[in-house]
Amino acid sequence: MFRASKRAGRGQDGRGRPDAIVVGAGHNGLVAACFLARAGLEVQVLERNAYIGGAAVSRRLYDGFTYSNCSYVCSLLRTEIIRALDLPAHGLQIIPYEGGCTLMRNGGHLALYDNHDALRREIARHSQRDAEAYDRFARDMLRHCRFIKPLLLRAPPDPTSFKPADLRELLYLGRHFGGLGEAQMYETLRFWMLSCADMLDEYFESEIVKGHLAGSSIIGTALGPRSPGSAYVLLHHYMGSIDGTVGAWGFARGGMGAITQALAAALMASGGSIRCDAPVERILTRNGRAMGVVLEGGEEIPAKLVVSNMDVRRTFLKAVDPAELPEEFVRRVRQFKIRGSSGKLNIALDGLPRFPAIPAGSPCMRGDLHVTDSIEMLERAYDDWKEGRWSQRPYLDILIPTQIDPTMAPVGKHYMSVFVQYCPCALADGPWTDEKRASFGRTVIDSIAEHSPGFRDLILHAEIRTPADIEREVGLTEGNIFQGELTFDQLLFNRPIPGYAQYRSPIRGLYLCGSSTHPGGGVMGAPGANAARTILGDLRR
Amino acid sequence: MSGSRYDCIVIGAGHNGLTCAAYLARSGRRVLVLEAAEQAGGAAGTREFAPGFRASSCAHLLHLMPGWLLEELRLARHGLKMAAERMPTIALSGTTALRIPMDRDPAVQNLAATDAQAFREYTARMRRLAAALRPLLETVPPRLGSRAWRDRLTLLGLGAKLRLLGRADLRELLRIAGMCVHDLLDEHFESPLLKGALAFDAVLGTNLGPRSPGSVFTLLYRLAAGGEAAASLAQPDGGLGALTEALAQAAASAGAELRFSAAVARVIVTDDSAAGVVLESGERLEAGCVVSSADPRTTFLRLLGAEHLDAGFVRRVAHLRTMGMTAKLHLALERMPQFTALADAAPEGRLVLAPSLAAVERAFNDAKYGKFSAAPLLEVLVPTTVDPGLAPPGRHVLSAVVQYAPYRIAGGWEGQREQFLDTILQTLEAHAPGLRDSVRAAELLTPQDIETQFRISGGNWHHVELALDQFFMVRPLAGAAQYRAPVRGLFLCGAGCHPGGGVMGVAGRNAARQILAQAA
Repeated sequence: MFRASKRAGRGQDGRGRPDAIVVGAGHNGLVAACFLARAGLEVQVLERNAYIGGAAVSRRLYDGFTYSNCSYVCSLLRTEIIRALDLPAHGLQIIPYEGGCTLMRNGGHLALYDNHDALRREIARHSQRDAEAYDRFARDMLRHCRFIKPLLLRAPPDPTSFKPADLRELLYLGRHFGGLGEAQMYETLRFWMLSCADMLDEYFESEIVKGHLAGSSIIGTALGPRSPGSAYVLLHHYMGSIDGTVGAWGFARGGMGAITQALAAALMASGGSIRCDAPVERILTRNGRAMGVVLEGGEEIPAKLVVSNMDVRRTFLKAVDPAELPEEFVRRVRQFKIRGSSGKLNIALDGLPRFPAIPAGSPCMRGDLHVTDSIEMLERAYDDWKEGRWSQRPYLDILIPTQIDPTMAPVGKHYMSVFVQYCPCALADGPWTDEKRASFGRTVIDSIAEHSPGFRDLILHAEIRTPADIEREVGLTEGNIFQGELTFDQLLFNRPIPGYAQYRSPIRGLYLCGSSTHPGGGVMGAPGANAARTILGDLRR
Repeated sequence: MSGSRYDCIVIGAGHNGLTCAAYLARSGRRVLVLEAAEQAGGAAGTREFAPGFRASSCAHLLHLMPGWLLEELRLARHGLKMAAERMPTIALSGTTALRIPMDRDPAVQNLAATDAQAFREYTARMRRLAAALRPLLETVPPRLGSRAWRDRLTLLGLGAKLRLLGRADLRELLRIAGMCVHDLLDEHFESPLLKGALAFDAVLGTNLGPRSPGSVFTLLYRLAAGGEAAASLAQPDGGLGALTEALAQAAASAGAELRFSAAVARVIVTDDSAAGVVLESGERLEAGCVVSSADPRTTFLRLLGAEHLDAGFVRRVAHLRTMGMTAKLHLALERMPQFTALADAAPEGRLVLAPSLAAVERAFNDAKYGKFSAAPLLEVLVPTTVDPGLAPPGRHVLSAVVQYAPYRIAGGWEGQREQFLDTILQTLEAHAPGLRDSVRAAELLTPQDIETQFRISGGNWHHVELALDQFFMVRPLAGAAQYRAPVRGLFLCGAGCHPGGGVMGVAGRNAARQILAQAA
């Protein structure tokens, strides 16, 4: 899997000062790099790890197994980007998978099918009324997605500015909103302010149906399903689309690393270069202008442009000399909320685990397996996080991609990805220790074992990742997978900093392209693409 | 308008109903106000809860009703006097007391220099933002996408007002409007007690905790609602009942007719428009239009009836979040309570018992799962310090707003009311040793009691929970946000309408404007 990055390694011999340095070879950094390179710039991507990918990686941490050890499904990656960069030609294969299953403690379950009738029958098992409401729900969510989707690949306007560009964009937003028609405008206004729990109460009565749907409203977020605004987070995950089908999800063949490998290949093809083991220590600035970067160890690499894939806090509080920045700006950056709330287990299994709740051979097994009973259980899990503990009964999103993608484990063996909500970056009772990490792992494995007898005996190896580990390894502040909370105060023109929502910074020639910027996290690539568009626009001036 | 004796029938003689009636009567409408109870007031009344002891029945402070409204209705002339104005807020925790005066530039005692300075700046900015939001509260919500010049002008006007804030403040407003108060306060202050007290104001009467996004909005709402008056917490002489008495006077003197013990059973609809009401006694009263200050759910589903509305609308009404989270406590006391933190001085102000952000959040946690807060938060008033008339000589009254007390409680309130009362008394005793055995009589109103006694379904003093998704153009719900019901001739004027509850009266006045505009 290091092939691409090795090939990239050669890029560094490319003489001459690059036009643009991209700090961080995560998916957004690579997307930005690709678009810049295709526009004819000489682009140098610098990655501090020995491998590229950031949080979209495939790692061999146990012999014969490949882990997608951070992000684990491909859903939000914009189709526009896949097509524009021709990623399939560079080796990206996305394998859609259908359905899933939510497992209840009492042995009950809610299975999910792509087949609409099958799904309705399944929901009707829990509540006839909900089965009918589901169509209404799906239709309304689709409507909200359609409203937001066009905004993903646009830089948000500054509502306080009178610049023609901003006014034009505001006008566009107004028209876009007005286009909804009166009734829908009110619905949309309400929706953005709603809590997931309240929204679901408007459709459903069955706890398990609500509990299942509410799962997506807390993933990666320091909110509970009852926090206003969590309805949007649900939507943020709903926006996932593969080849245009809203709500569908898929595996990248070979693990999530395949996405960044394909992006790297695309970058090579357009003449960009990537250099691994090149940790950027500081971004050089002189009288308000970016001049290049200094690597740990002192090597200076000058460049006209610096594009940071790091989150906003890391970029401006660690890599840039605060003296170069307006005081107010620095204060805002400090206030930007990046909260670690998710953990991850990557487990190598000796065989396919058995879930008695799921009928043998059911396609559900190949989809997301959720562990949750009700919205209350999720809310209580959140309460634990607020108190600085990991959830005693966490929400789990389990996937076993090896059922569909045999390349990730030896024959007959399986790789299981377990996403865990909630897990704090800093514990109330002092910093993380190996013992605490282990007991966090036990909490998770126990709650899986509750649903899968004999599960423990299948475990060959387990990688347990707390937010602290993710921060250390990937460099995401507090291990927050979105590079910043997706709350009102940090969305659209507020993301990451009011007045700096257009990928630029107070320092000329220094841009942000990570998930800290609009439209936020998930392996989407939109921030990278938008940043590149902004940069190229500025260069034309 | 019509052949009947009345142009308008107003259902309910609460402060909004009376305000609406007063404005309608002043402009020559023949108005009849129907009240189920024996006297005016609704949730803004004064009641004798124990022989010789009186207290404001629900709301016990006047701070949201705009000065201009008091002026326009000449309430002073109609007998409204204040026993105390510009009352300070005093945050108590154990032996420490933070006195937060209602000044333009408040100097808080016992506060670290950094916090004291931060609080000055914070207050100044919040006041500026609140001032920019005030016009929003006082306007009739415009309709979106409507071609009517009035709606468009309103929107433009509001936009312009916000622009006038200037870039820095506008950015801050857009940032914090949807934020949670926990984060906002952490950005500014160190003192747990100060943060606790400010967070308390944000969540009071809502279904939110400090970490719930939108709780900054409820705080701004509180500041914006009264404007400069909001800064001044006031206690009417004779309790809040004195206010509604004055309002009733104002309405009557303008020619409105008031009838008590006249509960409305339903609204008469003839050829698709409201034509009057039928009382529970069976008496029919006809009028050109009907204005309900009852909450939207009661108005639409009980008084009007779903059969007159379309299914989607009825579903929305059914889904309105209307559950109260706040209880009201009245204590008849042998003697003046002695609060440790006040060095036994008489409490001349509004005491807030909310020690820290964490304490407020934990109190909310209980409520989320249908339990009353194990450590409840209190807004305590000893009205008799400034208004001795409320109790027999030498005796005192303690009035407290208690958060959180969920309307729907696991196991039901019966039997748990006593436990909750005991919990509250423990909290009070901890701050004022000896208070407990000076209690001669106690009355605790849970949201369910408020529902039954004041006919507010859900027992929420905002009728419809105050939250961003139930505000302005979507309050109480789209299709009825302009005080007009989908049925011709039926209007809403209660707290469930924009701008919402609290003893403000603006909803009543806005509704009157709409009705008059309609007729014109």
